Amino acid sequence: MPEEKTDRKKIGAVLVVGGGVAGIQASLDLADSGFKVYLIDQGPSIGGVMAQLDKTFPTNDCSMCILSPKLVATGRHPNVTILTNAEITGLNGKAGNFEVKLRRKSRYIIEDKCNGCGICAQKCPIEVVDMYNEGLGKRSAIYVEYPQAVPLKYMIDREKCIGCGTCQEICKANAIQYDQEGSEATLEVGSIILAPGFEPFDATLKSEYGYGRFPNVVTSIEFERILSASGPYGGLVLRPSDGEIPKKIAFVQCVGSRDFQIGNNYCSAACCMYGMKEAVIAKEHTPSKLDATIFYMDMRAYGKEFDAYYERAQGEWGVRFVRSRVAGVTEDPKTGNLFVHYVEDETPRTEEFDMVVLSIGMQPPKNVEKLAERLGIRLNKYKFCETETFSPMETSKPGVFVCGAFAAPKDIPESVAQASGAAAKAMGIIASERGTQVTSKEYPPEKDVSKEEPRIGVFVCHCGINIGGVVNVPEVVKYAKTLPNVVYAEANLYTCSQDTQKLIREKIIDNKLNRVIVASCTPRTHEPLFKETVQEAGLNPYLFEMTNIRDQCSWVHMHEHEKATEKAKDLVRSIAAKAKLLKPLEKPIINVTPVGLIIGGGVSGMTAALELAGQGFEVHLVEREEELGGHLRKIQYLLEKKDDPKKKLDSLVKSVMENDRIHVYTGAEVVDVYGFVGNFKSKIRQQNGKEKEIEHGIVIVATGAVEYKPTEYLYGKDTRIITQHELEEKIAKGTFKAKNVVMIQCVGARNEERPNCARICCGQAIKNALKIKEASPETEVYILYKDMRAYGFKEDYYREAAMKGVIFINYEDERKPQVADENGKLKVTFWEPVIKEEVEVEPDVVVLSAATVPNPDNKHVAEMLKVPLTKDGFFLEAHMKLRPVDFATDGIFLCGMAHSPKYIEESIAQACAAAARATTILSKKSLEMEGIVANVSEDLCSGCRICEYLCPYGAVEMKDKDGKTLAHVIEALCKGCGACGTACPTKAITMGHFTTEEILAQVKATLLEAKA
Amino acid sequence: MSDEKKFEPKIIGFLCNWCSYAAADLAGVSRIQYPPNIIIIRVMCSGRIDPSFILEAFKDGADGVLVAGCHLPSDCHYISGNFKALRRVTLLKKVLRDFGIEPERLRLEWLSASEGDRFAAIVRDMVEEIKKLGPNPLKAKEVEA
Ligand code: FES
Repeated sequence: MPEEKTDRKKIGAVLVVGGGVAGIQASLDLADSGFKVYLIDQGPSIGGVMAQLDKTFPTNDCSMCILSPKLVATGRHPNVTILTNAEITGLNGKAGNFEVKLRRKSRYIIEDKCNGCGICAQKCPIEVVDMYNEGLGKRSAIYVEYPQAVPLKYMIDREKCIGCGTCQEICKANAIQYDQEGSEATLEVGSIILAPGFEPFDATLKSEYGYGRFPNVVTSIEFERILSASGPYGGLVLRPSDGEIPKKIAFVQCVGSRDFQIGNNYCSAACCMYGMKEAVIAKEHTPSKLDATIFYMDMRAYGKEFDAYYERAQGEWGVRFVRSRVAGVTEDPKTGNLFVHYVEDETPRTEEFDMVVLSIGMQPPKNVEKLAERLGIRLNKYKFCETETFSPMETSKPGVFVCGAFAAPKDIPESVAQASGAAAKAMGIIASERGTQVTSKEYPPEKDVSKEEPRIGVFVCHCGINIGGVVNVPEVVKYAKTLPNVVYAEANLYTCSQDTQKLIREKIIDNKLNRVIVASCTPRTHEPLFKETVQEAGLNPYLFEMTNIRDQCSWVHMHEHEKATEKAKDLVRSIAAKAKLLKPLEKPIINVTPVGLIIGGGVSGMTAALELAGQGFEVHLVEREEELGGHLRKIQYLLEKKDDPKKKLDSLVKSVMENDRIHVYTGAEVVDVYGFVGNFKSKIRQQNGKEKEIEHGIVIVATGAVEYKPTEYLYGKDTRIITQHELEEKIAKGTFKAKNVVMIQCVGARNEERPNCARICCGQAIKNALKIKEASPETEVYILYKDMRAYGFKEDYYREAAMKGVIFINYEDERKPQVADENGKLKVTFWEPVIKEEVEVEPDVVVLSAATVPNPDNKHVAEMLKVPLTKDGFFLEAHMKLRPVDFATDGIFLCGMAHSPKYIEESIAQACAAAARATTILSKKSLEMEGIVANVSEDLCSGCRICEYLCPYGAVEMKDKDGKTLAHVIEALCKGCGACGTACPTKAITMGHFTTEEILAQVKATLLEAKA
Repeated sequence: MSDEKKFEPKIIGFLCNWCSYAAADLAGVSRIQYPPNIIIIRVMCSGRIDPSFILEAFKDGADGVLVAGCHLPSDCHYISGNFKALRRVTLLKKVLRDFGIEPERLRLEWLSASEGDRFAAIVRDMVEEIKKLGPNPLKAKEVEA
């Protein structure tokens, strides 16, 4: 390597700042790709704002359900070190080799010793206002932020602690250390990702809404806690003032956003959707009839499937929408009810509500200026991180990247995509150091136990007094010893502690145990630890089982000691019956071809190709058209003005063409794909008609989208009616002249055929309107719109256009504008809602903001790859919230407009994200799959294909064997849900680790009466 | 009346590993108390639950069976296992009476990871209801025989 001598060595580690969902995603992608990660957070645990949310839009998924597996994965990842209560104090060095100085606040708890058992919090006599519940509930002075917190380590709130010593006395792990001091640390990393998130707007600054003065005015984030089943009211919607169930709630949008007075001109981008979601969920959670009204300026439901949600909110759920900025809120002090003052139809109105929810916006995180100064990065005028259109994850300092709300206000899936994108960027500059800072674990060779009688060992946990204080643990141990095949049983103070792991290993060897049971807490968090322990003792990890005698026994039957003890015995008997039948399972190992196939050569496809090539992987890039560029070819200039998209396109194409690792096929098509993650084989039909077969480990779908060809408003019949793209081309060529222009929004979108928003047309219209005004300020420009969806910082340009005299007029579906040709003159008639009159203008040109619609190729590509499409015809990702660029099928990813319409910076973020996700596979020589998979007995299989049809992952294929068609499980794709096994009419499918035999044995044993 | 008090139903709960098992865990973490009549058997997904498991449980003397999975439509960790469970349990409920078992003894519930209190409430409710129904009639028959 011709590296400069003066350059210090690069380091294969990354610092991620901020443990919200963005920081978590970036950390996991990096760690799964062979890099060491230090994840730091200011608070005592990771999870961020998402951990506080009740449900997420537009699927109404439970937030904690989808977040907590990621929390656990991060907490357990051998390549991730989480440093909580930490803050950056200094930075030295440069990209590839940074030295970061940290300061860590003390927890007053020895982290290594704390088991998170929580007895201390129960006994702590102090009650403190609980900020996780937004001040609506109470917690103790020794606490964790929330029950699923990672790391699950308690912390003492020293400001509130009275030093009574109760926790110290009660802590059996001796983890309390009152005199613990804060510490300093220095980390060496190659790159840095900033994901510090956002700060909710302080609603007291909008004093006219009465927040802080009137108890029944709450913020949206407080309302999330109210909605949450784990929140202060157990998920019931109650008024804070009197605990009454409200009958009428008002949601006030844009509090702290789009607000010139307080200097937050930008739109916070997520509030319209979460406001709607909160209204819908509140209705669902309230047994009696609840009226929910949303006061808004523009309903910005611009994301994928968002408008469909908006429709349902109005229709199915009956949420009322009022287009008006609320002027103020006053209170009736007698009832605690609130009067909302607003203007509708130019008339001031007042309406009474039981409760008001303020949809507060996002602000840059606290102390962000200090952070920026220490890191040497530039902030924009709103103090969010400054980035550029073509480099949305790059800060002004090389080697320091950004993602999530700190780059610009955004919702969860966009934060997640950008986080993966930032991970790609962060590893790109240290790709040569992959694998240098991580350790892989070595296990002793596995003992063959197939010939042995089952010899079960049972370890029963006291969990301090969590279990032992209720369940008679010695009695359970004694009972366990009487069970069939149990040859050893003992009690532990904390079965999960470091020293007990050593002890378990010894007992396995001394007693020749070949099955191990731990009766303690939940397998959801602790099973991996114990599996590792038995593996270290030479046992197959699937010879381990666990039963939960804490969360599902001692904690829920605290006052029934005897019955709880009996139940614990039942649980142990039940699991022992299963353990007896456990079989070792092999984790299938599959090799990976470190090559990528990318379908589509637009900005997304090219970006993904460059990222993968930069990571050192070979890429095949297939484009249907004669040249690369896709949709970007049609973009002449940007709303943000700074970059020249033409130049950027040229340099992008040039880098792709010049890159040795990228094989470009233009005028070509992928005609066939088979195989599975790590091992695909595909056929490309090249321009010359010849087919070429390639082998690859992953696929990225980047097929883009196309502009809708309008059939409405005389388009195609009159040359004076053009689309935004056509206008843009004319302006760029300098051939556009007009004295009067009318633009019509939502052409081909938000209608019956295509209910969703095409997202980018509002920005496009504003951009072109500004261009027209720039060249000829006296030209009149009208924009007829349904909602101006200039979200995020684009709001600035909306304002600019309005200031420059562009006239924005709202229209409703019931009164669409009319375009006519009257004796050669164009005439546009529309309803003017302010003066309440039909207005007629005679423009020279009518510009239609035509929707962006799916590429017609998508159908074919989807069938070939066996991946789903949305109703609209865009590709449907694995999960709308947390897996925005993955398909449910492993090894296949998507990005850019193939996913849904989006701006260039969003496509680039997703393209980098897809590359990062692909790298988690391509960077490994082989993949170790989960051992819990389905297995077909060929003798029993009748070839009925029910399993093939049922499997949501396409993991069952039919194979011909000896003249019979038989089902065959592709282990690499099987996720182990067991649905096929249950459906199999001939019982030919066994589900590893959850066999029918095992489950039935468990049922039988459970129903035997315990005798001891 | 006193008989009814003595009778402690035995309930088997088949819970999917992801949301519903997590709900049961949260009930614990939140110390929400419920009667100890339920024993949980963990499976990866409610789509794994074979009607034969449920029938077997009744045959072996369970007084009630709870099947719980992730919320419809989209919370299932395996995309659509919950729909499969829905179909199977609904069908099974239809035929349970033919086996001499009241369909009320079998319950299907969707639980999210934050619904610890609902899990507890469901168990409480089931115990109450089954106490009213009395012991599993198959068991009673056996005793008579
Ligand atoms: S994983 Fe819970 S129902 Fe499928």
